Amino acid sequence: MRIRLLLFALYRDLAGTSQLDVELPPGATAATLVEAVRSRGGGFARIPRDAIVAVNREYAPSETPLSDGDEVALIPPVAGG
Amino acid sequence: MFVRITRDAIDPAAVLASVGASDHGAEVLFLGVVRDHNEGRPVASILYEAYEAMAERVLATLVAEAEARRPGIRIAAVHRVGELQVGEVSLAVAVSSAHRAEAFDAARELIEEVKRRLPVWKEERYTDGERRWLDGHTPPVPEAAR
Repeated sequence: MRIRLLLFALYRDLAGTSQLDVELPPGATAATLVEAVRSRGGGFARIPRDAIVAVNREYAPSETPLSDGDEVALIPPVAGG
Repeated sequence: MFVRITRDAIDPAAVLASVGASDHGAEVLFLGVVRDHNEGRPVASILYEAYEAMAERVLATLVAEAEARRPGIRIAAVHRVGELQVGEVSLAVAVSSAHRAEAFDAARELIEEVKRRLPVWKEERYTDGERRWLDGHTPPVPEAAR
């Protein structure tokens, strides 16, 4: 399945890109995705293993199963206001 | 409900005008403003970045939760994104209620929730040209379904 990954703020700067498509095996979860991203190495590897994720624009636990076409964002610690 | 994530300058009077009712005796307006220093360093500007499609939904949820905690109150909230100069308004929250105590309390609580849960980040840009993403809060995540 193919996931649309979005990166923001510090994580985007580490990765050097704000979005990419990631191909994952069936049964993959949000945690699988984070590991797949980290395994790209370089700045990607500096994204924390326990990064917060949002699946289809809602905060989601790392065990969340993913589906083809999902939009998943890696959310650095937030600092609005 | 008046809730926005915007790239345009915030008009505090318009945010305040969107709350209020004939049986409300109190209106509170909070403005978050870019400050010229942080942790001893002179700040030139702050870049606010949001996951915009999600942030507007989260902000609406936070406002709905706050209104549900105190039935009858009215809340408006606007967060700006983009590069803001010192003195510019980044966040406006307006609350009206029958009496002042719940208006102040609701405004304060909403601002704390915005800082904890809204997918927005800020990069401080210092007068010496250096920049840094500020440390933030880890937003709460729902429990996994069993």
